[in-house]
Amino acid sequence: MKQVTASMAGTVWNIAVAVGDEVAAGQTVIVLESMKMEIPMEAEMAGSVAEIKVEAGDFVNEGDVLVVLA
Amino acid sequence: MESTTKTANAQSKYEEAVAKIKSGGAAKYHEKNAAQHKMFARDRLLLLFDKDSVTQEDGLFANAQAGDLPADGVITAIGKVNGQTVCAMANDSTVKAGSWGARTVEKIIRIQETAQRLKVPMMYLVDSAGARITDQIDMFPNRRGAGRIFYNQVKMSGMVPQVCLLFGPSAAGGAYIPAFCDIVIMVDQNASMYLGSPRMAEKVIGEKVTLEEMGGARMHCSVSGCGDLLAADEQEAIAQARKYLTYFPGNYKEKPAITEAKLPLAGRPIEAIVPENQNVPFDMYEFIGALCDEDSFFEIKKLFAAELITGLARINGRPVGLIANQPKVKGGVLFVDSADKAAKFITLCDAFNIPVIFLADVPGFMIGTKVERAGIIRHGAKLIAAMSDVTVPKLSVIVRKAYGAGLYAMAGPAFEPDCCIALPTAQIAVMGPEAAVNAVYSNKINEIADPKERVQFVQQKHQEYKEHIDVYKLASELIIDDIVEPQNLRQTLEQRLHLLETKEMVFSERKHPVYPV
Repeated sequence: MKQVTASMAGTVWNIAVAVGDEVAAGQTVIVLESMKMEIPMEAEMAGSVAEIKVEAGDFVNEGDVLVVLA
Repeated sequence: MESTTKTANAQSKYEEAVAKIKSGGAAKYHEKNAAQHKMFARDRLLLLFDKDSVTQEDGLFANAQAGDLPADGVITAIGKVNGQTVCAMANDSTVKAGSWGARTVEKIIRIQETAQRLKVPMMYLVDSAGARITDQIDMFPNRRGAGRIFYNQVKMSGMVPQVCLLFGPSAAGGAYIPAFCDIVIMVDQNASMYLGSPRMAEKVIGEKVTLEEMGGARMHCSVSGCGDLLAADEQEAIAQARKYLTYFPGNYKEKPAITEAKLPLAGRPIEAIVPENQNVPFDMYEFIGALCDEDSFFEIKKLFAAELITGLARINGRPVGLIANQPKVKGGVLFVDSADKAAKFITLCDAFNIPVIFLADVPGFMIGTKVERAGIIRHGAKLIAAMSDVTVPKLSVIVRKAYGAGLYAMAGPAFEPDCCIALPTAQIAVMGPEAAVNAVYSNKINEIADPKERVQFVQQKHQEYKEHIDVYKLASELIIDDIVEPQNLRQTLEQRLHLLETKEMVFSERKHPVYPV
């Protein structure tokens, strides 16, 4: 299973994809806010969005799964 | 007549012996190497040294009496790389898997001693299964046993460049050869470093794991930080090592060579690369490309702690070391690993008289439970210590922002940089406007009942704060030395590097600091 995980602790600021969307490798799927910065979380490989594990405003820790790709 | 025959016999005996030794181990081991896309150790050296370079090898006949241990499994030689003399050792993996016996160790120690006497770079071409257990009493615990190799490496560190090319395993004690080098270039799939093999891990601690997962090149270059460069194959690894050395002098007493100046590769100008909005990421690689001579950027630890970029480059032909925050990755925030990465790189540049340039766009050090438990404070201290006692030209450029201890880490004004200059849109502060206004006025903000009025109040305070930390104000207070327009940044750095050429300083008279490690 392909996953996009949080590269650092922060708050989910923007969810840039919806379930069913096709994403390309390197595409931003979630934007976190951390240390007063916008931190884009990118898909490492292409796939379609199977599940979004977080909601805007959630706190996530480094390594938490944000999006599951199929 | 008789004596001529004798001489001819002696000669053919000699030639035969040399040819046998130079052919390395049995054919099946050569075939095994070839199947793994591994070159013969002697071919690696041929490729490393300049074509038709003057080369001398000692210890060719080491352990020749043993019959099956040609050169005792290691080649030690002096040769030229880019016209510069270097010493090299190369494990021969066709001879008992490149393992170490007594003479192997003695040869390595001797070539290290030669490098020290000649004050020239030492190259370690590693591909070795480790010590020959059967020979341990002759090569492990002695004064001139394997421990002496590492002792020498520590002594040579900062005196001459030490480069490790890892083509195969470096196991157990042998794994410390790369650990004490300035740079470790690892060949993907073939190179590995580990203290205990997967077989041993399963036996001793019950862990089932593959070699690649536990000690493979990719893991070390991206996770552990023990590797600096991941090469696709051996040819690329050798080419990288040769290129790396072009940035370095032969030893700590000399300066690196200035080469022919080149313009940066044509691309977007700096003013177009850096967005004014502090919170929006940009790509620091593009910025570096616009600043440095075309094709001159040689990155170190690209795959490790990518929120901070470290690499050698040239500005108008002059070698420099760049330490740059990468806002595109983790917002350019400093973490445990990025602090370590920068600390080692800074000491590397300082040791060999390469000026350092800090390109700051940093929101600060990361906060939160995870990093506090990992010791972000002592790791950050390591970076600040390394940056402080630099005696080479030290230039601090505030590209966009330098908040909190991030300003200190990136050679801010208190750390005696030769200059701290800023682009006109840069901000320097304890924290960014949002955080600061929150910190100072949170009670007041909560007291305002009318939401519209609250927003208005916050915006007004933001504005006041921004004016307070305005770069022109900082320049007027002599906090920064100059404001530089983006289109002039390269030229400014060029000129400053030129003018700083005579810099000579002693940081302190004491032996050494008590390292914060």
